[in-house]
Amino acid sequence: MSMINGIAASNGIAIAKAYHLAVPDLSFEKTTVANAEEEISRLDAALDISKQELEKIRENARVSLGDEHAEIFSAHLLVLADPELVNPIKDNIRSNKLNAEAALDETATMFIDMFRSMDNEYMKERAADIQDVTKRVMAHLLQVSFPDPALIDEEVIIIAEDLTPSDTAQLNKQFVKGFTTDIGGRTSHSAIMARSLEIPAVVGTKSITSSAGKDSMIIVDGIEGTVIINPSEDELAAYRARQEAFEQQKQEWAKLKDEPTVTTDNVHVELVANIGTPEDVTGVLNNGGEGVGLYRTEFLYMGKSELPSEDEQFESYKAVLEQMGDKPVVVRTLDIGGDKELSYLQLPKELNPFLGFRAIRLCLERDDIFRVQLRALLRASVYGNLKIMFPMIATLEEFRQAKAILLEEKDKLTADGVSVSDDIEIGIMVEIPSTAVAAKQFAKEVDFFSVGTNDLIQYTMAADRMNERVSYLYQPYHPAILNLVHNVIEAAHAEGKWAGMCGEMAGDEIAIPLLLGLGLDEFSMSATSILPARTQITKLSKADMQQLSQEALTLSTADEVEKLVRQRTGQ
Amino acid sequence: MAEKTMTITDETGVHARPATILVNKAGGFKSDIQLAYNGKSVNLKSIMGVMSLGIPQGAEITITAEGDDADEAVNTIAATIKSEGLGE
Repeated sequence: MSMINGIAASNGIAIAKAYHLAVPDLSFEKTTVANAEEEISRLDAALDISKQELEKIRENARVSLGDEHAEIFSAHLLVLADPELVNPIKDNIRSNKLNAEAALDETATMFIDMFRSMDNEYMKERAADIQDVTKRVMAHLLQVSFPDPALIDEEVIIIAEDLTPSDTAQLNKQFVKGFTTDIGGRTSHSAIMARSLEIPAVVGTKSITSSAGKDSMIIVDGIEGTVIINPSEDELAAYRARQEAFEQQKQEWAKLKDEPTVTTDNVHVELVANIGTPEDVTGVLNNGGEGVGLYRTEFLYMGKSELPSEDEQFESYKAVLEQMGDKPVVVRTLDIGGDKELSYLQLPKELNPFLGFRAIRLCLERDDIFRVQLRALLRASVYGNLKIMFPMIATLEEFRQAKAILLEEKDKLTADGVSVSDDIEIGIMVEIPSTAVAAKQFAKEVDFFSVGTNDLIQYTMAADRMNERVSYLYQPYHPAILNLVHNVIEAAHAEGKWAGMCGEMAGDEIAIPLLLGLGLDEFSMSATSILPARTQITKLSKADMQQLSQEALTLSTADEVEKLVRQRTGQ
Repeated sequence: MAEKTMTITDETGVHARPATILVNKAGGFKSDIQLAYNGKSVNLKSIMGVMSLGIPQGAEITITAEGDDADEAVNTIAATIKSEGLGE
């Protein structure tokens, strides 16, 4: 057996035989042909059979994924019939006596390059659609078989370099138990599809296609992000048990999907999700999220060659707000700089990036960038329940300055006749110790706090969380951290404001009883943690947790705190 | 020759879904139909041509047709743009 690590893209455990979904070798030789008309009929035949296949795929997609996902194949079918694609290929065959493969490749490459070079993300992605379609035609020209996942009739785990939209649309959930790929991340197309199909998936393994043999037995652990090839009998049994436990647990959790999060003594807290893209919203709703507690807007700026336009940002914000309806959506303004670089901004390298020019510090100096984002947010505000949060606030002056810029842009938009919501709450991330300590002063001016524990812990303990040698200092249960969190919550409540938390800690089963006791109002975590957290909280009494947390605040070490929680909650 | 100028009002502009609808409509006519935006003109029967214009909200577009059914083609496409809420 061997184990490969990847990125957990879709929850659950799947066990089945490997099915390699390999794109066949589509290399060809550029030749000249004697009879151009014969070559053209060969092309027509390849186009025709591709068309029939795509019609079938579209029908499958309609049934298994719904009309919206099937729509893309209507566009694919039009690409096959596109005169601007087909005619130049035929002309090329006629005038240059080129073989159909070479002529197809030439014209398709021209279009793919053209779409790739467009400065609009959406259009760039269309290059992949054209590639997907032309590969199918090429396979028919070369008479090599194109993988046909629709024909699978036994339980399998799909193994592929990556999955295209047409691949995923053909996956039959009855037989495809899971999949794993070499490339991709949590937000890649295949990962998103896996989550909407709810089949376990591990992506970005780098080497699964070369490591798994043809008839290997495969375990995909989409919870941990690991893939096991040819497990032993013992491992197989262990994973079967885990699989069963997970399924049972899921059923247990699902019962609470539409339930509020209420403690045994009837106190309601809000369980919301952290997201990075509009596509993540489906997962939030499927997991019973009561809102979005942290929308990281960095993804809009990363992996690009230039800043995203106001309209592009507006579309993303609007999409999230609309899908969430009345539910609150807390958007964090750009948190970039330091270790999160944007090549096109050409920021100078720093010795201490985590203590350097980043987030609100950068936005206040480069207000040209900041204003574009704020305008996009303000315009989107009428589509839902928007709250805006500034990251890395260390002083009240920073908050006042950021808020003033926001209000300036709001006035400008209103003067231009653009409608903007009138009740947008404006809050801050609390991740710098000075802000946690001076929370009382901040609470008079902000509408809410959200404690960013990942950074707050590293700044409080003065320990770089990326440095393994000091990782023992990353102690979320340390009384120093608990006292800071306590101070923030008390300060908020004294002014009638709310306090949330959006770090890993908010979804941690040891931290949850403590945070509940300290009075935290909103817990923001990854979507898949929501139902487990809700299950836990509905079994706790807030009054008991208040006692527990008051005791915890007086303890001396993180270890003592953890022991106390385990002892009291029986975990 | 028939011609009509319209303004795109849909917030997402002419994306894949509306482009698919327009190209399918155009394909039903014999006439040569062109779509022009921003100084560039493409075959309205070509999905890739239409998409490559990257037409945003607020864009002024011109549809022209030449052939036996030119008038009907332009009118039908203009009506589709309206009924799909794409423009006016």
